[in-house]
Amino acid sequence: MPWTLTLAGRTHAFPDLRSLMAKATPFRSGDSLAGLAAASAEERVAAQYVLADLPLEHFLTDLLIPYEDDEVTRLIVDRHDREAFAPVSGLSVGEFRDWLLRYETGPDELTALAPGLTPEMAAAVSKVMANQDLILVASKCRVVTRFRNTLGLPGRLSVRLQPNHPSDDLKGIAASMLDGLLLGCGDAVIGINPATDRVETTGALLRLMDDLIQRHAIPTQSCVLAHVTTQLRAMEEGAPLDIVFQSVAGSQKANASFGIDLALLREAREAALALRRGTLGDNVMYFETGQGSALSADAHHGIDQQTMEARAYAVAREFDPLLVNTVVGFIGPEYLYDGKQITRAGLEDHFCGKLLGLPMGCDVCYTNHAEADQDDMDTLLTLLGVAGCNYIMGVPGADDIMLGYQSTSFHDAHYLRQVLGKRPAPEFEAWLENAGITDRLGRLRSNPLALAEAPRALGLTPP
Amino acid sequence: MSDIVPTLRKWTSARVGIGRCGGSLPHRELLDFRLSHARARDAVHQAFDPAGLAVELEAAGRPVLLARSQAPDRATYLQRPDLGRQLDPDSLARLSAARADHDLAIILADGLSATAAHRQGPPLLAALLPLLETWSLAPLIIAPFARVALQDPIGHALGARASLILLGERPGLGAPDSLGAYLVHGPVPGNTDAMRNCVSNIRPAGLPPAAAARRIAWLLEQSRRLGFSGVDLKDRSDAPRIGA
Repeated sequence: MPWTLTLAGRTHAFPDLRSLMAKATPFRSGDSLAGLAAASAEERVAAQYVLADLPLEHFLTDLLIPYEDDEVTRLIVDRHDREAFAPVSGLSVGEFRDWLLRYETGPDELTALAPGLTPEMAAAVSKVMANQDLILVASKCRVVTRFRNTLGLPGRLSVRLQPNHPSDDLKGIAASMLDGLLLGCGDAVIGINPATDRVETTGALLRLMDDLIQRHAIPTQSCVLAHVTTQLRAMEEGAPLDIVFQSVAGSQKANASFGIDLALLREAREAALALRRGTLGDNVMYFETGQGSALSADAHHGIDQQTMEARAYAVAREFDPLLVNTVVGFIGPEYLYDGKQITRAGLEDHFCGKLLGLPMGCDVCYTNHAEADQDDMDTLLTLLGVAGCNYIMGVPGADDIMLGYQSTSFHDAHYLRQVLGKRPAPEFEAWLENAGITDRLGRLRSNPLALAEAPRALGLTPP
Repeated sequence: MSDIVPTLRKWTSARVGIGRCGGSLPHRELLDFRLSHARARDAVHQAFDPAGLAVELEAAGRPVLLARSQAPDRATYLQRPDLGRQLDPDSLARLSAARADHDLAIILADGLSATAAHRQGPPLLAALLPLLETWSLAPLIIAPFARVALQDPIGHALGARASLILLGERPGLGAPDSLGAYLVHGPVPGNTDAMRNCVSNIRPAGLPPAAAARRIAWLLEQSRRLGFSGVDLKDRSDAPRIGA
């Protein structure tokens, strides 16, 4: 369906929905790399005007990737809940943006709406929203999940403790893990990216974390971010696996490039559920995403990277995850060039994920070949805190010595908790206080007795 | 927490035990971080010396060929990964002329850290080549401005049954010189990343070249035996290291 718009005598034409959405997207290098970006600043806004007038209903029939060709499209169509969609079914994209911002639209309305929205609707509305709109609406969304604690409650900010080590050295990882716990972090998950994707390593790392969690009765969960097939193998071999991780993307072809499909994710979820390791809830999945991953696998189908990212959230929400985060700046400058683009993308991803009902966190991060630095991360971190982001990463000193990028630190979490009055997950907060790590105000205490035995138990001190 | 600091720092180069003022970083740590970032930024833009590497590797008795991707310079390379995955026509012709019944093509590339290719490339090859005595090797290829998938058109042009690319990983704050190795069985343009196996963090303080060579050789042997590479080939080359 072609659209045209004439602005001051100049006509802008958009031949189909893909090009309309791509050209309406705030500028980023990845869309330019794909040859999809608007040719001028005016064309971009023209596309936004046209998109704003498009009825939300349109997205239910004009599919970006054909139903027959793509199992992610089939998932989106088959799972769409018409009843939940009803309150906004008569609105255009622009009217939907205004509806989201009304005082009357609160957490309950947004929770009820989520199953009625498709990723394309979320992506489209985000394109006509200002950064402050993305923050305000996301801050009204509530997505609460549980495994051994409760994540996503109002006023809470959780942290994934990310104690990576370049050679998966167990003591090196243990040292970073202890450092994070003693700095009050680790309630979202203790999650290790292994340097090499191996069943033995995955099992050893899971046992290391499980021993620590059990010995000190820490109300949290662990995860090794190996390939899902490696985790399945580790489970078969009896490894104590809490949460299954996988990177996901927004098309069948992109997921195939990751070596996964929906059936494999279903199998992994069933296997983790069968272990019955959660004490408070059954959210056993952890997904990571990031704009540009589909393009990088040449599996974007001519669709802009932000819309493809939102489609990845349809995959994630099929599996009731405990945690989902965009790794926003990890992919590099060819997709998100600088701090400005990373910031916008982080806010879009968090907003779209929350709107679709996902427990969104964000890996606020950048690589050394991007035009960004830690000050840019401070800014995005603060904005996401205001937006009610469920969790961030906690990496020692924000420097991941395995993955070779910069994220956020344990100290960053304390900064955010201080300025915004945020607290850890309630069960974890109680543990921190009982252990003497933090006081009633959430401030770190000096010389906590907690974990005093841990270095010896982990083999970090001579016997 | 002060007494545990040396205990933690002994085991990892991560920024553990860095203290705090309130809940924030002490100023010295803030400046140390900025210095590391400054150095990594400088490393990203350091120049690659293919000719110098060729001399060094030929001295070890191996024929060396140069191959170029379609990325003409570093700025383009950083912003156009698609060009870094394709061979330029001249290189394609040159490699096709060397086409033969090869088991394996090995490529050394700057990737995102020329420093890594220069520092880790020669020692890794010195450790790896003796482990590949049963393999017929194509000439060594040096490829500036290459992405991982350039291993497909290169291996394909040379007629190799497997392709191994060694290239500089993006510089981390503490490790501007880390090399990554990716292997694929049946190199042909269009292979996905799920068909590759990766060994990363190759550097003396990460996975030392000798250990990396053993792991790569193991993966190569297994992929040759199984007839495939990628996510279904699990690296079980040795037990995880307990302790440092």
